[in-house]
Amino acid sequence: MGVYWAIAVRSLRRFSTYRIATASGAFTNTVFGFILCGIYLTLWHERPGLGGYDTADALTFAWLQQGLLMPVGIWGATTTGELGERVRSGEIAVDLYRPTHLLLWWLSVDLGRAMFQLVVRGGAPLLVGALVFDLKFPSTPQAWLAVAAGVFLAILVSFGIRYLVALSGFWITDTRGMEQLALVLSTFFSGMILPLVVFPGAIGAIARATPWAATMQVPIDIWLGRNPGGTGSALLFQLGWIVVLLLGAQLVTSVATRKVVIQGG
Amino acid sequence: MPVIELSDVSRAFTVTSRAGLRRTKREVRAVDGMSFTVEPGEVMGYIGPNGAGKSTTIKMLTGILVPSGGSIRVAGVDPSRHRLKLAKRIGVVFGQRTTLWWDLPLKDSFAVLQKMYGVPMARHRENLATFVELLDLGDLLDVPVRQLSLGQRMRGDIAAALLHDPEIVYLDEPTIGLDVISKARLREFLAEINAARRTTIILTTHDLDDIEALCTRVMVIDHGHQIFDGTLDGLKSSQSAPRTLVVDLATSLPPIVVEGATVTKVDGPRQHLSFPPTTSAAPLLAQIAANYPLVDLSVAEPTIESVITQLYAPTPS
Repeated sequence: MGVYWAIAVRSLRRFSTYRIATASGAFTNTVFGFILCGIYLTLWHERPGLGGYDTADALTFAWLQQGLLMPVGIWGATTTGELGERVRSGEIAVDLYRPTHLLLWWLSVDLGRAMFQLVVRGGAPLLVGALVFDLKFPSTPQAWLAVAAGVFLAILVSFGIRYLVALSGFWITDTRGMEQLALVLSTFFSGMILPLVVFPGAIGAIARATPWAATMQVPIDIWLGRNPGGTGSALLFQLGWIVVLLLGAQLVTSVATRKVVIQGG
Repeated sequence: MPVIELSDVSRAFTVTSRAGLRRTKREVRAVDGMSFTVEPGEVMGYIGPNGAGKSTTIKMLTGILVPSGGSIRVAGVDPSRHRLKLAKRIGVVFGQRTTLWWDLPLKDSFAVLQKMYGVPMARHRENLATFVELLDLGDLLDVPVRQLSLGQRMRGDIAAALLHDPEIVYLDEPTIGLDVISKARLREFLAEINAARRTTIILTTHDLDDIEALCTRVMVIDHGHQIFDGTLDGLKSSQSAPRTLVVDLATSLPPIVVEGATVTKVDGPRQHLSFPPTTSAAPLLAQIAANYPLVDLSVAEPTIESVITQLYAPTPS
């Protein structure tokens, strides 16, 4: 296991070298945080209690949403983007020379990235938001622990989706369409446009059952303490998707490896 | 016992080409009926023109490609079946790619490799110290890889491939794009490692100076077939590449007439004559000296380039 830890640490260090990009990114997240707050304030002023959220919930949602956007990789991440590029160019063959498992290698790289971005791209906007608005925070150590678990699991779910999209390049020559589709689905179903709690009826129910819900809506609800079935079932929901996605990812990895090794790419 | 054994290995690829709506599939044999063995400690140059099947062979030897026919054993195992296990015992360097962490100091890549290959810390330190000294990496360890020059990066990549004491190292054009001094330094290093550790080295290259400097054995392949396997001298003498006699005359003359040789180039008073390798230069000289105002002369042996060019040339069959 030491090697995967070493990889994650190096990946974290690698992302910490992009200082200007990180600072400007955090600034952008902060600006968008304010814009979203404007929208949500208007919306919850018109419809108090919409989706079971009060105004403080909605404002907290806005800042957590901006804070989780990059670490979770709602719109994709540099790491899995690079993986997709390697699959397209055939450079992925070099990865097979390593005595490490492809999936675990990229998972470690992605976790290192996420940890760095969580602190800077997640922490900075949240700090600004908390200074300006009256936001909600978990009140007990157990609640903080649940949040940490929820965010970690959200990153795993997102990684599973992004990894599968990247590996689709083994079968589809041009994966841009696939990436676009993933982007649109992720933007809507994660709760990036609006918290999923505001969607009524079947649409809402379906949206809240997708794996994308597990990447943003669910961990934010854990923070707010507003998961319909409680925190425990929220974590189980995330775990369920992780099992499905990572098993799928492992299956696809071995099929793809076999394709490279047997068909020659 | 050989460290690499190939017997009757073939690899075919299906190539689909599309003309309008019609798709045609045809089979291309990238490697065809290849058999050879490599003993521990050998340095083998593996050469051939682009598309000859070099990379395909290396991929099969490293286990990331399954042969379509024949059998391969590397370090006692079937490579494609034990790819991960074998990966710990081999090193691979691609001249045009890097396995180093681009944005991090060189030493970080080495630290990851230590964990990746499970090299005992003491051994890792010892190896690192040796490589730092031999490859002059001391000042580079703290420099992010992206800031290294090509030559420096290549030295880093070579060190990275050798840190876990691999039994076999595959080097794919390790000197591509390097200047003369960097090339010489790398060759010196590889020769030292090979001598000190008996590391088997398989070197594919287009730079024949690499072969001259390093390889005890040369294998030439073309169209998936071995067309030569032996020593460098053997390669040179296997081909009837002509020798060249360069004579400087007192004045510019039309092409001189010498029995047993033909003028290939006239350059003012200097004339180049080509003659078969089986012929001695002495009688030619006597003829020239007797009939022409000879001032100076030199004999050029066929270059390895010309020998190989001749090997690749299609032979009438």
